[in-house]
Amino acid sequence: MNVISLSTLDLSLAALLVLALAFISFILKLGLTNRIIIAAIRTVLQLLLIGLVLKALFAQVSLLWVSALSILMLLVAGREVMARQQRRFGGIWGYGLGTLSMFVSSFALTVYALIVIVGTDPWYTPQYAIPLLGMMLGNTMTGVALALDKLTTTAWQQRAIIEARLILGQDWRTAIGDITRDSVRIGMIPMINAMAAAGLVSLPGMMTGQILSGTDPVEAVKYQILIMFLITAGTGFSAMLATWIGARHLFDDRQRLRLERLS
Amino acid sequence: MTVLNISDLKVHDLHPVSFIIDKELVCLSGPSGSGKSLLLRAIADLIVHQGDTYLDDKKCSAVNPVSWRQWVGLLPAESAWWFDRVGDHFKQQNHDYLAELNLPDESLDWEVARCSTGEKQRLAIARLLQLKPKALLLDEPTASLDAESVKKVESVIQKYIAEFNVPVIWVSHDNEQIKRLTKRVFRIENKEIKEVSA
Repeated sequence: MNVISLSTLDLSLAALLVLALAFISFILKLGLTNRIIIAAIRTVLQLLLIGLVLKALFAQVSLLWVSALSILMLLVAGREVMARQQRRFGGIWGYGLGTLSMFVSSFALTVYALIVIVGTDPWYTPQYAIPLLGMMLGNTMTGVALALDKLTTTAWQQRAIIEARLILGQDWRTAIGDITRDSVRIGMIPMINAMAAAGLVSLPGMMTGQILSGTDPVEAVKYQILIMFLITAGTGFSAMLATWIGARHLFDDRQRLRLERLS
Repeated sequence: MTVLNISDLKVHDLHPVSFIIDKELVCLSGPSGSGKSLLLRAIADLIVHQGDTYLDDKKCSAVNPVSWRQWVGLLPAESAWWFDRVGDHFKQQNHDYLAELNLPDESLDWEVARCSTGEKQRLAIARLLQLKPKALLLDEPTASLDAESVKKVESVIQKYIAEFNVPVIWVSHDNEQIKRLTKRVFRIENKEIKEVSA
């Protein structure tokens, strides 16, 4: 059951591979060299930092600290959603829309999983709460970002069509209906594909991690199933919520298309 | 019968506009970019504006915007289509406007992508009229049409006015056409809209 501890040398050997990739990208003029190196350095620093934070957090089970870290994770995820939009809403909406939808579904579903399904005691036991929330947020983030990006860019491109539909007497919901449906679909498809391919094509990361650390594979699989279901539901619900609120905000109270609200 | 009453409507950098159209056709002309389309879009409550528009005793800002746009039928300069098949954009599959606009009944089964600009424009007019709007705002409805189709469109609209007693604003650059259509002409110049003699 013991994990083989990785030495600095072991990690350096893996880092050499990334360096080799960066070097070849440079020779091929892919324009990715700097991004690869910066992203790799970020991985090391961010993960080391969160490792230390988790270590401290696990040492004292405190609702306050768990909440603080959760909020921080949410805010960073919200920023990431915003950064992935080509045309985002201006002002507080640009940040608030994605963050709010992730908050509603990720937090609610994580708390539900902790209290009702896993039944940890206390329910905010950081060893369960933080990784669960992290996986939820990481995936919902992708879903919300994809859905919102699809919504805003399509609305921008299809302005004439949306307005033509309004002119012919359709309400805003119908006028943008095809676009909202496509956006939600785009946001949900990655998770549905992941569920369909799980175990056959890819061994999901969390399960692999548990197995590497010596957990019985069947136990690891059960947790993975739980996570996949939670993530799929969370991603779907937040993509729907974000798309619906976003679509509504593209129109004003007189149901006029207000694309100038996108920056 | 319907009266379109535009009261202190202010949009973009135009001076406030007021005029009344009593079940008649008026033409609106003016240089490109002078705000003709913006004015029509404001009357249809499609863009933010000040002032108000009345259709008989119904005030635009007081009625549901969806109903308002159903009453005030705006025809934009360029038509937009969102389904593949022409007929899917129509509420009724049977009406007279297609024939009057030189379009066969099968045109409802056409693919939008295969229609010419002129066909799309005539189909857009038929699509608007079959919804039976109580007023018409036509933004250069014949700009993309050949001479024969221009005449067809003019007669269809005039028949529609005669049948339903609706007010019509027709944006046109063509002085000959304006003379054919009406004696009442408005012109936008230097951000101001004035009634001029035809």
